[in-house]
Amino acid sequence: MRLDVQHIKYILGFAFLMGFQIGSANTWTVCGTCENTSIKKTIDRAAPHDTLLIEKGTYKEFEILVEKPLVIKGIGYPIVDGEKKGEIFRVTSDNVTLDGLFVINVGVSYTKDNAAIRIVQSKNFSIQNMVLEQLFFGIYLEKSSHGKVYHNRIIGDAVDEYNSGNGIQLWYSSDVEVRKNHVQGTRDGIYLEFSDRITITDNVSMDNLRYGLHFMFSNNDVYSNNTFENNGAGVAVMFSKFITMKNNTFRKNWGTAAYGMLLKEINDAEIVGNTFEENTIGINIEGSNRINYTNNDFIGNGWAIRVVGACYTNSFKGNNFLYNSFDISYNSKLNDNVFEGNFWSSYTGYDLDKDGFGDVPYRPVKLFSYVVNRTPETIVLLRSLFMDIIDFSERVSPVFTPDNLKDAQPLMKIRP
Amino acid sequence: MLKILKYSFYDLIRSRWSYVYFLFYLALGFVLLFLNNDVSKAVITLMNVIIVLVPLIGTIFGVMYYYNSREFTELLLAQPIKRSSIFLGQYFGVSGSLTLSLVLGLGIPFVLYGLLRSNAIFDFTLLLVTGAFLTFIFVGLSFVIAISNENKIKGFGYAVLLWLFLAVVYDGLFLMSLIMFEEYPLDTFSLVATALNPIDLSRILILLKLDISALLGYTGAIFKKFFGTDLGFVISLTILLLWTILPILGLQYKAKRKDF
Amino acid sequence: MTIEINNLHKKFGKNQVLKGVDLTIDEGRIYAILGPNGSGKTTLIKSILGMVIPNKGQISVLEEPIKKGWKYRKKIDYLPQIANFPPNIKVKELIHMIKDLRNSPSEEEELIKLFGLEPFLKKKLSTLSGGTKQKVNIVLTFMFDSPLIILDEPTTGLDPKALIRLKELIQKEKAQGKTILITSHIMQFVEETADEIVYLLEGEIYFKGSIAKLLEQTEQTNFEHAIAAITTGSHA
Repeated sequence: MRLDVQHIKYILGFAFLMGFQIGSANTWTVCGTCENTSIKKTIDRAAPHDTLLIEKGTYKEFEILVEKPLVIKGIGYPIVDGEKKGEIFRVTSDNVTLDGLFVINVGVSYTKDNAAIRIVQSKNFSIQNMVLEQLFFGIYLEKSSHGKVYHNRIIGDAVDEYNSGNGIQLWYSSDVEVRKNHVQGTRDGIYLEFSDRITITDNVSMDNLRYGLHFMFSNNDVYSNNTFENNGAGVAVMFSKFITMKNNTFRKNWGTAAYGMLLKEINDAEIVGNTFEENTIGINIEGSNRINYTNNDFIGNGWAIRVVGACYTNSFKGNNFLYNSFDISYNSKLNDNVFEGNFWSSYTGYDLDKDGFGDVPYRPVKLFSYVVNRTPETIVLLRSLFMDIIDFSERVSPVFTPDNLKDAQPLMKIRP
Repeated sequence: MLKILKYSFYDLIRSRWSYVYFLFYLALGFVLLFLNNDVSKAVITLMNVIIVLVPLIGTIFGVMYYYNSREFTELLLAQPIKRSSIFLGQYFGVSGSLTLSLVLGLGIPFVLYGLLRSNAIFDFTLLLVTGAFLTFIFVGLSFVIAISNENKIKGFGYAVLLWLFLAVVYDGLFLMSLIMFEEYPLDTFSLVATALNPIDLSRILILLKLDISALLGYTGAIFKKFFGTDLGFVISLTILLLWTILPILGLQYKAKRKDF
Repeated sequence: MTIEINNLHKKFGKNQVLKGVDLTIDEGRIYAILGPNGSGKTTLIKSILGMVIPNKGQISVLEEPIKKGWKYRKKIDYLPQIANFPPNIKVKELIHMIKDLRNSPSEEEELIKLFGLEPFLKKKLSTLSGGTKQKVNIVLTFMFDSPLIILDEPTTGLDPKALIRLKELIQKEKAQGKTILITSHIMQFVEETADEIVYLLEGEIYFKGSIAKLLEQTEQTNFEHAIAAITTGSHA
């Protein structure tokens, strides 16, 4: 096992906990040759605030109900094999810690959302260092709060959307910290519904069938420093308010209906310092208002930003637009959004007064992208000489694209 | 015919224009790779060049060669050689030397930059194959136009117009009809319209092989379903082949009936 | 009979160039095809060579109809009127190439010597003068041993020395029993070489016969005047 600083901290913390609990709490050891061979039965015997140490081995158990505050800790990653019979851990008590278990074979059901670990109406839980494989749902938080999901590895093998579940799901939960998890091969890597004040940090969510991260009706959440890569449809943030998205990387979400990020009905959000690289569409924006897009990098996307439907009072400042096929696609003749001080790699203007800004405004909307919005089939003319010619003429004298949609102060040098 | 081909080929290989063409592609290949050092990106940029320039150069070269070698052709006509052999030999000589310039001019810099070890080799090969097809097609068309027009200026004009039509005007009409009939399902139409124009067909074939095909969205998915399969690929190659053969047949037909 | 032409018609656009030409060319003689500009001389020759495709009528060369054939051209040596050769190749290569294309035995060495072309062999054709080009043209024509020789304006650009050589060459070929067809504007040359005159006018054969017959018919003593009088005389 690799020991890093975090691990040492936790081991120390654990030792401290042990010392503190001498007298008031017991430690139970579970193993194949011990007195206690079953996790379930040992939980029954244990008193609240006891610790269960699960030693290396395979435990074929499912529907393990944890209804009192316990620490259940694996030593050397014991395997808990649900044999595809149903849910594996179900926590209904506050103050439960699950640590260092290798949980496999969650039962797939079409009527119940079976999870490897389900937390129901609990507080102060901690799920950490878990490895979950062959799962349906991974970690399912239901009406729970003030807990953390830390440093888990969730590896699914989802093939079809209808019989696969989400990696980490939060439903009516709040004040949860989701950190340093690695989720791959599930339906939605991380899914939030009606969950507020969640922080999602330093996670990697990749190769998921649908979205790497999926927000619905969840407000005041922060996600930062995450990497979302090669997900079926990228990241979707829908019907939510006051979301902060910082320093995330959205990469290689490449496919006919894939986005780096899909924003739908999002208001008052901050999108800062993110990198959108090689996505079919960097950000697809639908009906979203008062969003600040600042200091993001859009590199090598098909469309860097695609605006669909009414979007008002958004501001795009200090972003780098590098080598995207289309920088901005816009479907209306009205523009109420501000573009200022961005760097555009296809800008060809000059800076005579040497103030660092181009003297000629940059028009990021190509006529072709306007035509494609109107009649999607016209995309087959992509990269044809004819399109290049009419794009050029539209750039010289705009007729179809909004006249005021321009960056009057395009940066001459790339923002570092 | 092979003898004529050999002599036309040698004649062209030694002409200054072949060198210009060859050096142009050589320089282009080096500049592209030198500027962004990324083989796959260079392939995309090259596609734009190939789709526009290769047909144009094929057209101009074909017309020029035909008119410039008229007296030589007459010399050959008096020799015991089959008529169609003379023209086909010249045709293959021109197309062959242009294709050689293209393949070598682009191939050398790419091989030097490690193409053989890169994944882009298939895309690059496809690029060269379509480039070769376009050369053969447009040299063929220009030969037919030249043989049908005694007047040099007229022939030259018609050939360039044909290029302009297929490279630009066709797409304009295509776009207008797509917009005019946008309420109707247009997938089959756009498929057919693309397949009918060798330039568009080549463009789509290359695009579909590149990552960029994801931009084509839903329409692209339909195209991919058609062109992406082995059958679709065979069909598109067949269409390109037809585009190559038809001018050759036209050339033969015209050659048989023409007075010198 | 070397060549037999029956009822040959040819139209270029609206312009009817040949209007039913009947002509028989016998073996071992030298024929001069004469006529004013635009009378159809070159068209007639090109029809025999298969370069012009007639609208109507038959042509047989050495007892074989030429329609759609090309192998019969092996038996014809043709000297075209304007020899514009591919510019990028050398004289030597051109000779080699024509030999290669015809694939028959040839004796170019002697001819090259005869016309003094040795210094030019390694030069590109585009650098040669008109007269030198014509000499190359003559070499290319006479280096093969074919029963029929067609010369379209062979004297163009030749210096007197070369002209004498050419005449000797023609006589030598005739002595070997070859049939020779010549068009020329140089009447003196025609008078010296031709056995028989074929006079074309407006797409028809106006006169065919020996020089003596022509002089007799036109009541002239001078050949050049006889040619000039051929039309006016009979119309009178």
